[in-house]
Amino acid sequence: MDIIMNDMQDFVTPVSGNVMKNEPIVIKRRIAGQLSHLDALESESVHILREVAAECANPALLFSGGKDSIVLLRLAEKAFRPGRFPFPLLHIDTGHNFPEVIEFRDHRAKQLGERLIVRSMEDSIRQGRVVLRSKNQSRNAFQSVTLLDAIAELHFDACIGGARRDEEKARAKERIFSFRDEFGQWDPKNQRPELWDIYNTRVHTGENIRVFPISNWTELDVWEYIAREQLEVPHIYFAHKRDVIRRDNGLLPVSHLVQPKGSEQPENLMVRFRTVGDMSCTCPIESQAVSVEEIIAETAITHITERGATRMDDQTSDASMELRKKEGYF
Amino acid sequence: MAEIEKISFDHTELLRFITAGSVDDGKSTLIGRLLYDSKSIFEDQLSAITRTSHKRGMKNVDLSLLTDGLQAEREQGITIDVAYRYFATPKRKFIIADTPGHEQYTRNMVTGASTANLAIILIDARKGVLTQSRRHAYLASLMGIPHLVVAINKMDLVDYSCEVLERIRQDFASFADKLGMNNIAYIPMSALNGDMVVERGDKLPWYKGVTLMDLLENIPIDHDINLEDFRFPVQLVCRPQTEELHDFRGYMGRIESGYISVGDAITVLPSGLTSRIKEIVTYDGFLSHAVAPQSVTLTIEDHLDISRGDMLAKTGDVPRIVKEFEAMLCWLSEQALDLERKYLIKHSTRIVRTQVRQINYRVDVNTLNHESADTLKMNDIGRVRFNVQQPLMCDDYQRNHATGSFIVIDEASNNTVAAGMICSIND
Repeated sequence: MDIIMNDMQDFVTPVSGNVMKNEPIVIKRRIAGQLSHLDALESESVHILREVAAECANPALLFSGGKDSIVLLRLAEKAFRPGRFPFPLLHIDTGHNFPEVIEFRDHRAKQLGERLIVRSMEDSIRQGRVVLRSKNQSRNAFQSVTLLDAIAELHFDACIGGARRDEEKARAKERIFSFRDEFGQWDPKNQRPELWDIYNTRVHTGENIRVFPISNWTELDVWEYIAREQLEVPHIYFAHKRDVIRRDNGLLPVSHLVQPKGSEQPENLMVRFRTVGDMSCTCPIESQAVSVEEIIAETAITHITERGATRMDDQTSDASMELRKKEGYF
Repeated sequence: MAEIEKISFDHTELLRFITAGSVDDGKSTLIGRLLYDSKSIFEDQLSAITRTSHKRGMKNVDLSLLTDGLQAEREQGITIDVAYRYFATPKRKFIIADTPGHEQYTRNMVTGASTANLAIILIDARKGVLTQSRRHAYLASLMGIPHLVVAINKMDLVDYSCEVLERIRQDFASFADKLGMNNIAYIPMSALNGDMVVERGDKLPWYKGVTLMDLLENIPIDHDINLEDFRFPVQLVCRPQTEELHDFRGYMGRIESGYISVGDAITVLPSGLTSRIKEIVTYDGFLSHAVAPQSVTLTIEDHLDISRGDMLAKTGDVPRIVKEFEAMLCWLSEQALDLERKYLIKHSTRIVRTQVRQINYRVDVNTLNHESADTLKMNDIGRVRFNVQQPLMCDDYQRNHATGSFIVIDEASNNTVAAGMICSIND
């Protein structure tokens, strides 16, 4: 046994006529026994995506143009090429997205040749299904309404999302296949046990499953994978000059949604975004990192959690995410 | 094309472990200490728990608050469910399955243990080996966790006494011997003060072994997975049917154990038909070999009828094909096992209808005694004989976790109601 495994260490396989890309490539990979942590995480995620495809009748993959869902798309390529994705991409457009991210979303969907469905919160507002207190308030929490409407309209029985357990404590207890009742609600006290990697995907009509293939990835894993796979990400993830104001211990980007109030003075700073959500409440951090490698270096020594740094709506109460999730937030 | 080999950070291994023990054993404090001393705590988390500690009138920061989960749990001061925590050192990335120690612990520990390479069993140095320590050891052995660490915590409260450690070690070992468990590491520590967790501290000069972190970073885990028996449950069949890939027929799945090379003779189960591996296809190109747990797409030399639920194995080393088998079953649902009812079993990529034929015995997890039983209730463990409508391709759980494990699903509620470990015919 040992001899065989040693023999398999660091082998090189020259290949011509790649099925997927029609170009000769050379693959070198250490595959003796234990794979690297990224290989192990990737393989786990691919296995999960294939289980969804095999067992769910009508799944969709939630693609926002953010880094986590960008990683999901690469994992879907790894899972299903040379075939097509067995599901469409779905985006819930809050109307508060960064224009660069929307542009990237369309560009990436087109590049992959996969179907993108967009459902917009503006429609939910027009129909009176979402009632906002003020026009420019954060729309993060209301995404759930539009998402649940889209699930009902298009009869999705599974939605694949890019949430990670390291993001937030309510997520730390989330299953990989997370059951939602007919109201889209998550009941943390009554989750299905999830053992080994045998996933229970069964639901009754009207209920659905949220699937989180990158549950076990951390923010750092995501960036390392983006580097390894040389994935393109929207430019606002890299440090750039931007007008920002200081509010409630954070920076907010000045836009048509956020204008200086009272004594607030816009400053032009080098910043980057760690998440790309609702423009009215997504805070950039000060940074000089202009490449993926520099972001990794910063992430490896960072001192503030991703959500703590960048999402004002997660700071309103210690249980904000838990409450949103119970209401159907993904 | 990406040159995969040039990326230098992509070489750390992944270790999953579980911590077993109750709140009183200092489990949350230990996890908090591991995260804190390995610099995995973020400032905003630290300031949040500092505020809470002060609000509760504590002088020092209570590290156990770091693992506090949901609002409902904080109100009641208990942990409801398995929570997953992540941290990394330059050597390894770690996933902790943090399982609560109160009444539902069997269900939760079994869940957390199902994916673990290693279990840490916490023992309060003042109390020594308790009934619950024996329960935890039994569950770790039942679930086949490859590595076991006994953390003798709160050494500060027994004056860091060498004799206390020795007594606990002998107690625990005599019980573990009965379970056939050896190769157990015993580490004295004070999670509260940080001795022997990440840092050695200066209070245990007589202890010459490794710190917990040393052990977590260095224990070899290459062979935790079965690398001998090639098992490939087919998840999906890929038939793009495009012009250039008109005849492409790939079998997609994950190598659950063993390894495979191009040209190897394979047997398809349950049909028993044979062929050879033609290609190992991945998005990144063809491979000449692949090993568990890689996800790949395989093509074979012959046109055979293969679909999801079938399994490929190397000719000459195939799993058992059974329609009747015995398993250790851990019941997870509030609704007890009903011998009159049919259930579903999901085993690798197969879902089959099943009925329990008989319960051989129930295990008293405190004494390990076997007792007769006519049902299994939540948190019960018993040896059960199953009949299945379609054959399963399986190995004994202790030899191969991937092909020896299954879940039981209640068809009416769709809930996962039990977890099973297939036993060998002979024991």
